[in-house]
Amino acid sequence: MTTTIAPDEAAHFGAMAADWWNPHGSSKPLHQLNPVRLAYIRQQIDRHFGTSLANRTPLSGKTVLDAGCGAGLLCEPLARLGGNVTGLDAAPENIAVAKAHAAPQSLAIDYRCGEVAALDGQFDLVTSMEVIEHVTDPDAFITALAARLAPHGLMILSTPNRTALSRLMMIDIGEGLGQIPKGTHHWDQFIAPDELGQLLATHQMQVIDRHGIAWSPAKGFHLSDRLDLNYLVTAIRA
Amino acid sequence: MAEPHKDIITSDVLILGGGLVGLTLALALDVHGVSSIVVDPANPADILAPGHDGRASAVASGPYAMLEAIGVGARLAGKGCPIRTIEVRDGLQKKPLIFASDPHEPPLGYMFENRALRVALHEQAAQADNIRLMMQDRAVEVDRGPLGVVATLQSGATVKAGLLIGAEGRQSPTRDAAGINAARWQYDHSAVICMVEHELSHENVAHEIFYADGPFAILPMLPGNRSCVVWTVSREDAPALATLPEKAFLAEMHRKTGGLLGQMKLLSPRSFYPLSFHHTAKITGERLALVGDAAHGIHPIAGQGLNLGLRDAATLAEVLVDGIRLGLDAGDAQLLARYERWRALDSLMVAGATDGFVHLFGVGGKIARGVRRFGLNLVEHLPPLKQSFMNEARGASGDLPKLLHGMTL
Repeated sequence: MTTTIAPDEAAHFGAMAADWWNPHGSSKPLHQLNPVRLAYIRQQIDRHFGTSLANRTPLSGKTVLDAGCGAGLLCEPLARLGGNVTGLDAAPENIAVAKAHAAPQSLAIDYRCGEVAALDGQFDLVTSMEVIEHVTDPDAFITALAARLAPHGLMILSTPNRTALSRLMMIDIGEGLGQIPKGTHHWDQFIAPDELGQLLATHQMQVIDRHGIAWSPAKGFHLSDRLDLNYLVTAIRA
Repeated sequence: MAEPHKDIITSDVLILGGGLVGLTLALALDVHGVSSIVVDPANPADILAPGHDGRASAVASGPYAMLEAIGVGARLAGKGCPIRTIEVRDGLQKKPLIFASDPHEPPLGYMFENRALRVALHEQAAQADNIRLMMQDRAVEVDRGPLGVVATLQSGATVKAGLLIGAEGRQSPTRDAAGINAARWQYDHSAVICMVEHELSHENVAHEIFYADGPFAILPMLPGNRSCVVWTVSREDAPALATLPEKAFLAEMHRKTGGLLGQMKLLSPRSFYPLSFHHTAKITGERLALVGDAAHGIHPIAGQGLNLGLRDAATLAEVLVDGIRLGLDAGDAQLLARYERWRALDSLMVAGATDGFVHLFGVGGKIARGVRRFGLNLVEHLPPLKQSFMNEARGASGDLPKLLHGMTL
């Protein structure tokens, strides 16, 4: 089995675990980003599975894998949308917080700690948000994710672009001003959209949609055609 | 004391206060499959009885479009008097400032007896699949935590929900318990409200006549020879007006209206309301949102109080429905932040504009009179300004929630 987890990365995020669900704490940017990501995911779900927007549980009867789930910020909404969700993370602290947060809400999410490659089975929806820039071997990571995708399934990834803007916003400003915990990102590990597209293509995955997440003082985070800060990619089997 | 193991009921949101705004919100959520429990201490037999609340309200065209979109339209059809024109005068000035709706467009708004609105909303709510209306009950304990809201009701039931909504009106205990302070001030005025029958047909015109003591409004009701009068007087004059014999009262009213509608006759007792204003900048807290008068109460001069509350309902419904469709829970902090941002500007602008109006028209003297005249002329001669007043009256200003365009989400 190929491992892609970077131990020091897992430890970094594990240390943040306790504050993960505080919308005003160190994970505040993630909380603000969440509705924007979810809006994109919902669009792609409806388009791919033919569900209607009015349906509160478009993932009903579907299996979902969120790789690098943290404390479950994405898993919980996906479970509320009806998905049978498995959440996977490298940091045991995160998994502990995720379980403790989901249980009192009666959200049945299968949280596990470990590598994607160690999982069995296939999933109708595979998501991995802001993870690929943290793994030791992106190629092995995509191999493992692609193996877990059901034949007619949908894969959605998000990651920062490797641009001067992303360095400025995420590291110089974000980490510099303490809005993002220091040491969260390593700019040279960021992947450009075309590189990610090529990587997916080598695993017989076809990119069917790309959207950027931009930030402006007036709108905050929002979906955009500009990919230069952070972007989302939707892929299916070619 | 709550008995142990009595029912635990769950819903997306818990609404405390089943008044016009609380029920409208519950219905707006219901048509989008979002469930609510509405708790209100009142006895329906009392509040729905004729004569309980003789007041009338203007429902602007935007909020009325929402009532139609959420299925209350059929129950209200034929019960509201369309307002086609608003005539604004400074004293008994001959040439009023006229706001008229295009004959091919919906009216600027409708005048309803509050009772007609209340009955329609109650009937609709009773039929709604996603509303559980718990009348003659109240929350004795409410706990808002990071994972949800748990409330114990007087009846012993326990309610669990994602979000608590305070819709109890100006004295909202929910707002006070959350430590949200409302800035409030009293005007030196009271409003005398009564229903009158008049000789001449109102022709679907609402009149607003400004005097130094405050505005005198005549709002058209069905049928064409009945109107609701909202008469603003200085606070010290109110008691005298209350005890004035009916004949003298009518004579004074005739003088104030310059006989616009001919002879008048009282159809209801005169009610007095001291005018006040309160506003909170904060309308949300942890798993808490305030709507309607719990968040802001304004001077009834421009008939905007209920409309502001209905716009709160339209906005909160859109924010919650959007969020729930993304899998977020109803009490998510990001959703509440969006609601607060969206409402902040609108409610302050309306409150500020209405308040400014009162001060402008509440100042006596020749110079003030000149300024007021000039002000009305200015509005008449500046189409964008007139348009913006028109939109305000229609409830169509700002970045509108879809429900106010009559669309569901």
